[in-house]
This record gives sequence, structure tokens and C-alpha cells, in this order.
Amino acid sequence: MDMEQVKNPPKGAVFPARAGKEDPRKSAGRSLRKMVRDLVEQIMNGVFFACGMAAILAVLLITGYMILAGLPAIGQIGVTEFLFGTRWASTAADPQFGILPFILTSAWGTLGAILIGVPIGLFTAVFLAKVASPRVAGMVRPAVELLAGIPSVVYGLIGMMVLVPAMMDIFDLNNGTCLLAAILVLAIMILPSISSVSETALRAVPREYEEASLALGATWIETIFKVSIPAAKSGIVAGVVLGVGRAIGEAMAVMMVAGNVANMPQLFKSVTFLTTAVAKEMSYASGLQRQALFSIALVLFIFIMIINALLNFVLKKGDSHE
Amino acid sequence: MNETEKRSLNRRVYEGVFRALVYASALVTVALLVVLIGYVFVRGIPYITPQLLFTSPSAIKDTIGILPNILNTLYIILFTLIIALPIGVGAAVYLTEYASNRRLISVVEFATETLAGIPSIIYGLVGMLFFAQMLGFKTSLLSGGCTLVIMILPTIIRTTQESLKTVPASYREGALGLGATKWYMIRTIILPSSLNGIITGCILSIGRIVGESAALLFTAGVGTAVSASILRTFSRSGGTLSVALYMYVSERGEFDVGFAIAAILMVLVLLINGAAKLAGRKLKNKA
Repeated sequence: MDMEQVKNPPKGAVFPARAGKEDPRKSAGRSLRKMVRDLVEQIMNGVFFACGMAAILAVLLITGYMILAGLPAIGQIGVTEFLFGTRWASTAADPQFGILPFILTSAWGTLGAILIGVPIGLFTAVFLAKVASPRVAGMVRPAVELLAGIPSVVYGLIGMMVLVPAMMDIFDLNNGTCLLAAILVLAIMILPSISSVSETALRAVPREYEEASLALGATWIETIFKVSIPAAKSGIVAGVVLGVGRAIGEAMAVMMVAGNVANMPQLFKSVTFLTTAVAKEMSYASGLQRQALFSIALVLFIFIMIINALLNFVLKKGDSHE
Repeated sequence: MNETEKRSLNRRVYEGVFRALVYASALVTVALLVVLIGYVFVRGIPYITPQLLFTSPSAIKDTIGILPNILNTLYIILFTLIIALPIGVGAAVYLTEYASNRRLISVVEFATETLAGIPSIIYGLVGMLFFAQMLGFKTSLLSGGCTLVIMILPTIIRTTQESLKTVPASYREGALGLGATKWYMIRTIILPSSLNGIITGCILSIGRIVGESAALLFTAGVGTAVSASILRTFSRSGGTLSVALYMYVSERGEFDVGFAIAAILMVLVLLINGAAKLAGRKLKNKA
């Protein structure tokens, strides 16, 4: 007899003769209930395990499909010709599938975006974490968050309607769609991620570091730039790497401002990025051309995986540092 | 000028330059946002007409309406959340409450990080290959929704995990000590206590779905048909607002419609950000 029954004797009273004996029906019910409960417990165990494995499954699925879809065309075209060929003419009578222009454009575009976006993002983070009063920071931070939330097609639209005509006027071009326009759009798009990750890193710098520097006679600005930023280095690098990933993977905004011509990268020429090469032709491609697009996506995917691994490495190093 | 004075002048210049840079950068960031939002509203709001909002596009009358795109956006948000939410929350619960193997946890977390880093165009391609072709869903809202499920999984897992970690260990010990089974404890104690985090994850996911275009272009397509039956709706191609913006601007040169959609998207982004902030604040108050 358990506590529950001692406290509230079940209806129908307990006859002295039966005291101490279990009602066989009731005990059967209880063991059945216990069985059901254990079963539910087992099932939920399995369900949660399955959910936990979903992310792994998704990564395997994506990796598998990228490799399966991307390899055949590379094999057919030849690795060196594909990666280092300088001419992309997928619909010509004698089709050429060299993606070096796309790779270089993506590399230069990302580099340009980083060169512009990182200083602004980092300085904004300094402002938010170290310089601004909590009230002012409370007004600027939502601006950064909103910038992050604006859909890429909206960036593309504004770039197309404002930046591209401006390029034509300022640099006297026939056609404003160019690498520089794409770089500027990308710089704005990666600014929020760099800023918010750097801000978190700057906030995590131990107060004592800064106090020690101030006590030695350094000004607050000197302290920030010579003590706080070096101390928050790994977090800031993580933000930059995240920005690189964003910039290299962005498709729609870039497609609307870069012109999508397979030129070698030049600031004032229409260019095609790895992402836009895929997005532009996918809707009508067929045969080898279509397979080659999957190969481009595979190259992009490999770049992204390298960046991901790098990001993980930087973050791990930052953790072990603390 | 002696050596000390020179050095202090240098220091003052350094101080001034960097202070100016910091303020200028913050100003640029805020100005960018204000100009972007202002420009989109000024160009877009005059073109948000009842006809645009409440009709389907018609080739006969030569009118453009984005009602189908609005509906498609809503459908795809609902579908994606209904599927992704249980899986994502389940995964987070598994990681914080069940898993004991540290290696396995770190592999799952690495996979989640990886998913978060994959660009949406790659999701679009894999979605097209796997859901649309391999599973035979064709270019449809269903394919698009399934693709987005994978895409927002990391967001939901991460925010839920964060809020599960704020549930005090004493709650768990209390529940288990009273004889609750693990599932009962999760159902009645853990999940309700981390509801705010789950809601935040939902709101962030909605933001991502609303803004998504590259992953949907080849999976959900650009269709604008409206049908009364849900089943038919999901088996047909349907463009969301973001995709419609791209199509109207890039393929048809309808810039006014583009700006009108952009203004609507901006309003949605503002609302979603506000809601996420509110949910986040509630979470903080509780913790």
C-alpha cells in the first residue's frame, strides 16, 4: 500500500480482512499504467533523438546532393579547364565552361565588401559597446538589427534604382551595373553581422583590463583601441569570417546590381559572381550547361564549408583563450 | 616644442581621429537605415492601392495585384513553422535534456552551425533536386516550404537551446524528485518555462521566411494562381512577396510595384523586429 492510499483510502472502505492485500484488479491496472508510461517514455526518447539527428541528416543530405550533382560536369569538362578556364560561354555553339571569372569576382567582391564593411561595422560596435551612453546605444542598436532584417531583394532594388544610376553619373559609365556597385551593396549587407558579433566580443572584455590601462594614464579612446580591441580579437575575427560567408553566399541583391556578364573582375565592368552564375541560368539551363551550374554551386559550397570550419576554429580558439 | 609636448600632441590627434571615426561610423549606420527606409516608403507607399493588395494579376485587364503573393507568403510561413517548430524544439530538448554523449552533442551543434552558414541559393538548389525532383513535389509551395524547414531549423534550435539553458536546474530536480517521468517534466515544466525563447525563435524564423527569395525561386517558383483548396494551393507553384518583388523588377521592369512590395516588406520587417524585441525582453525579465 502506498502513501496515496494511506492518506485517502479508496471508496468502498478497507475491510480488515483484506488490509495489507492488494486488489488484484487494481494492481493489474497500475502495472498496465506503468507499462504505458514507460512505453511513452521510450517513444519520446526516440522522438527527441530523431529530432536531434535532423540537423546532421540535413547537412549530410545537402553535402551528398551537392557532390552528386556537381561532380559529373567537372569530370566531363576537366578540373583545370573548369576551375581555371577564363571563358564562360555556356550557350555558344562551342560551349566553354571556365569559371575563373566567377571565382575571382566572388573573391574580389567579398574582399571589397570586407574592406568597407569591417571598419564601419567595427567602429559602430565600439560606439555601441564602449562610447555611447546606454540611451543612445539603445537607439542605435535597433538600427543595426533592422539593417540585418531587410530582405536582400530590397537591397537589390535600392541598389538598382539608386546606386547603379549614381555609378553612371559619378564615374561616367555607359552601364552602371558593375563590381563596385555590388561591393557597396554587400558592404552594407554584412555590416550588421560584423557589428553585432564584434559588440558582443567587446562587451566580454574584462573590465579590469580597461581599468588597468586607464590607471596607467591612457585615455579612454586609447584604451579601447590598444587594449579592448586586441583583447576582443578572436570575437571580431569571428564576425569578419561570418561577414565573408554572408558576402560570398549572397545571390539576389548582387544579381540585381552586378550586371551578370562573365567578365574578369574589374571595378567598373559588369561581372558575375559564383552565386549569380547559378541563379541566372538555372531557370532555363539543360544538359551539360545545367550540370555545370551544379558544379559551380559545388565550388561555392566548398568555399562556404571552408569558411564554416574557419569560423568554428576561431570561435573554439576564442573559448579556450578565456 | 620639446619631446613631451610633441608626444602629447600626437596623442591628442590620435584621440581626436579615432573618436571622430567611431562617431562617424555610428552615424553612417543610422543614416543608412533612415535613408533606406525613407526612400522605400516615399517611392513605394503611393503605389500601395487596394487594387494592388486585394486582386490577382490579370493579363486581360492588364492590372497587377499581389494578393496571391501575400497569401502564398502566409501559407508558406504557416507550413514551415508547423513542421520546423516541433523538430527544432525537439532537437534543442534532446541536446539540453537527453544527450549525454559530449561527442554527439558537439557533432549536432557543428551541424547546426553549418546549416546556419549555408547560403540560401544552395538550399534552393538542393530543395529543387531533392524535394521537387527526387520526391516528385514539383515546383510547388510544398517544395518551397520543405526547403525552408531545413533553412530555419538552426534558428529555432539555437534560440530554444538558449532559453532551455536559462531554466534553473532546481526546477528539473524538483520535478524529478516528486516522481515525474522525464517526458512529464519536459511537457509540464521545461517547455512552458522556455516558451518565450521558442516564440523568439518563431518570430526570427518568420523574418527569414518573409525575406527569403533565392531559396524559393527554384523550389516554390513564381506562380500567382489562387485556389480555394489548400491541397491544390500547396501542389502548385506560388511566389512569395520577396520573389514577386524580384520578378516584377527584374523580369518586367515594374519598378513602382517593386517599391510598393518593398514598402510592405519593410513594414513587416519593422513589425517582426519589434515583436522579437518584446519577446526577448520578456525572456530577460523572467531569467
